[in-house]
Amino acid sequence: MSNTAQLVDFPLRRPGQPYPPNQYADFRSREGLVWSHMPTGAKVWLVTKYDDVRAVLTDPKISSSPRHEGFPSVGRTGGVPNPDQVPGWFVALDPPDHDRFRKALIPEFTVRRIREMRPSIQEVVDHRIDGLLAAGNEADLVHDFTAAVPSLVISALLGVPHVDRDFFEARIRLLVTMSSTHDQRDQATREILRYLSRLILVKQKRPGDDLISVMLASEAMSLQEISGAAMLLLIAGQETTANNMALGMITLLLNPQWIGDERAVEELLRYYSVADMVALRVAVEDVEIGGQLIKAGEGIVPLVAAANHDSAIFERADEFDPSRSARHHVAFGYGVHQCLGQHLVRAELDIAYKTLFERIPKLELAIPVEELPFKYDGVVFGLESLPVRW
Amino acid sequence: MVRVVANARGCIGAGQCVITAPNVFDQDEDGIVVVVDEQPSEADLPDVRAALDLCPSQSLTLTN
Repeated sequence: MSNTAQLVDFPLRRPGQPYPPNQYADFRSREGLVWSHMPTGAKVWLVTKYDDVRAVLTDPKISSSPRHEGFPSVGRTGGVPNPDQVPGWFVALDPPDHDRFRKALIPEFTVRRIREMRPSIQEVVDHRIDGLLAAGNEADLVHDFTAAVPSLVISALLGVPHVDRDFFEARIRLLVTMSSTHDQRDQATREILRYLSRLILVKQKRPGDDLISVMLASEAMSLQEISGAAMLLLIAGQETTANNMALGMITLLLNPQWIGDERAVEELLRYYSVADMVALRVAVEDVEIGGQLIKAGEGIVPLVAAANHDSAIFERADEFDPSRSARHHVAFGYGVHQCLGQHLVRAELDIAYKTLFERIPKLELAIPVEELPFKYDGVVFGLESLPVRW
Repeated sequence: MVRVVANARGCIGAGQCVITAPNVFDQDEDGIVVVVDEQPSEADLPDVRAALDLCPSQSLTLTN
């Protein structure tokens, strides 16, 4: 069904701060879903109401696999890699194929395991803050802290040497930028996979207590699948956490009464929902969502930031208010693909905010909020840099 | 008396139940849900109901 009267262009330009795009309120107020036009020329359904987003993410007639015709991409090429090139990219697999990946990895991401990891995360955070303080009284908080902390944490967890941070960062950047070309994306993917394949050979000979060794020991995946899954974990663990951490810094600096309150983390996850356009879907059978018929082969983009600002579910949804109960937000998605690393993200954000503001209480923005360089072109929303001083 | 039932086969180990109703749910070594208190007290029921709603794989139910 294509009601061209309500055709809109997508993605929308992000407003920076405050967030999200104010068109989302208009979209939610419409009946059914929003038929939209992508830069690729494809038309897709945008889903913006909370209940509809949860319905899309749990309906077995709706697939996560780009192998199906009509699967959307965001921007020119962005979104989900070709499954033939990255076979272990398990968020692009439907059950039951998806399940062996998830089952092999969940023991490493349980509430208890993440709790045990807190001292090592604390150590990473402390060390970065030592570095900030030793270097003077100003910094780019993105480069020196909010991008560095998740990168160090996920590298250690996967068993990837952190000296190669620049190699990964440059390539991941191309993969998470909407305007990257197919060739740029393809080359970045090949280089990351080549690196990880070599690392896997090393881990086969000398296993450690890292995730690559865990995946090898599980015997649930081929070597190619392990490199793809490792690539996915590396990007997912880095991009979303780093961007949410950076954006949250602005909000806490603007609302200092919430600094040190642990409820701020959950509300920041809801408020920014940085992975707004990450869960892409396609209908494999005709299906009705929110009173709208979606035909088999039509692409669907459930917008989690729009769902998390739905005032039918969250009162005064556009306000940052940690005193609300925000636990039912869908920033980590919903359904079988809900973020595997969500407790790790919570722990990193909690430790980072608490420790940074405790040790540098005079921290302030070095430029006005309006001048901050937001990631307008990012698949994941965030900040390019965050100049601060103390 | 209400009883909590978990479908371990459907569980994807997201751990939402464990952080929402820690008196009632835990994860085993494989990360899969374990009901530690099948007949939760009245005081724990609001958390249990919240966990039912939050479970992303919809693997939890309450029966009478």
